[in-house]
Amino acid sequence: MNDSGVPLAPDGGEPENRSDRFERLPATEPERRVPGRPTRDAVVEWWSERFDIDPATFSAYTFWEKGAGRVWALHHTLTGPVAVESLGLPILRTRQEFWKPTTNAAQRFGTEATRNVIELDGAAAKRFVAGEDHDIEWDGDWGYVIAAHRLAGELEPIGVGLYTYGTLQSMVPKGRRRDF
Amino acid sequence: MDVLARYESIIDDYDAFLDACMRPLPTTVRVNTIKATVDRVVEALDAEGVSATRRSWDAAVLEVDTAKPGNTWPYVHGWIHGQEEVSVIPPRVLDPQPGEVVWAAAAAPGSKATQVAAQMDDTGLVIANDDNLGRLSALRGNADRLGVTSMAVTNEDARFQTFEPFDVERVDRALVDAPCTCEGTLRKSPDALEGAGPESSRHIATVQRDILSRAIELTKPGGTVVYSTCTFAPEENEAVVDSVLDEGDAAVVPFDVPLDSSAGLTQWDGTSYTPTLERTKRFYPHQNDTGGFYVAKLEVTA
Repeated sequence: MNDSGVPLAPDGGEPENRSDRFERLPATEPERRVPGRPTRDAVVEWWSERFDIDPATFSAYTFWEKGAGRVWALHHTLTGPVAVESLGLPILRTRQEFWKPTTNAAQRFGTEATRNVIELDGAAAKRFVAGEDHDIEWDGDWGYVIAAHRLAGELEPIGVGLYTYGTLQSMVPKGRRRDF
Repeated sequence: MDVLARYESIIDDYDAFLDACMRPLPTTVRVNTIKATVDRVVEALDAEGVSATRRSWDAAVLEVDTAKPGNTWPYVHGWIHGQEEVSVIPPRVLDPQPGEVVWAAAAAPGSKATQVAAQMDDTGLVIANDDNLGRLSALRGNADRLGVTSMAVTNEDARFQTFEPFDVERVDRALVDAPCTCEGTLRKSPDALEGAGPESSRHIATVQRDILSRAIELTKPGGTVVYSTCTFAPEENEAVVDSVLDEGDAAVVPFDVPLDSSAGLTQWDGTSYTPTLERTKRFYPHQNDTGGFYVAKLEVTA
């Protein structure tokens, strides 16, 4: 352990991310010890900038990384590290050029999003959940978006899409697809 | 059905019981209140031409007139979870409160553990454990689809579990929905009775007793432990609870569920059990047109 209680790597080099346990995200850049690990601030800011989700939404959550760049949200406070199978809800993949939200996060927190949400009509929503891509005219940002449709009177997020060159690509995982 | 013959002496209206066991189960779902209200679910299902009927005893339980509730929008959104009606009872009896730390000792595939999280408004911590790695993916898949953010999943032998990773010594409540011979699921799985019988029951009872005993050890004094099975066998039900009570660290407490049930047995096969086992409940298929279940509520005393 060093002064801040952060374990050092066995060879005395920089601490590395580990795939066998959950480690809590550092709150801010100066607190980061593991290279490449996103900070809590950055995660909250990303949801705010990309989808206009109020940072206060996440105030009761702790964020964790297990496996490179896989970020989980837990509605509970622990210090960690925690060597368990899963901890909270997987919400985000970082450590790639563009951060990618999960279907779970889009459904759980996407109801609060007001930016980069594409509303699909009934037929398009069915195609999206079946995993099909479709051409769509839309003047928002390129990149990962939340696809939503009207259900029981309100806009409800279905999942994540990748919007580029006039095409919305469905990112619904195979196990979550449905052919209605 | 021969396996059931030994219960003729303890079941009121045994013929009605057998008749019910032959009938298929109504299809029921539980509304996931983490993501939706009952009203929105009913409205969304109705828009797809699926009618849903609220159960009077629990508003979150709906009977749906489709055999495949998984092929509906509310399922895709994680608003509903296919769950047998009596399987909703143990978490209700456990009555977890927001912010508590709760252990589900044998949690996969997660219907009851996710219900516990919903009852806690998805706050606090549900430590959902299962020793079967293969079944953990179902547990995780269900928890993710239902949007549960307050659950940690562990892969331990529940008999030796600790909460060390969470810096917790004892939990507020524990649910032991024990691995069992599953006789009560025969309306859903026609092969449920294969391998059932007193010998299997006595064999599995040793594991059940060890898990229940561990749950009592790991729950705070004054805390609640609920023991449940989906089998009729007294060897796996009253006998298990009775033997754990002998250790002196827990007491059976009464509970109400607004469904018909029969009192737990106080004797079986020449053996007498502690009289308070009358406070435990047996739910038979012909009483509420459900599967079979056994539920005991315990308060930890030491």
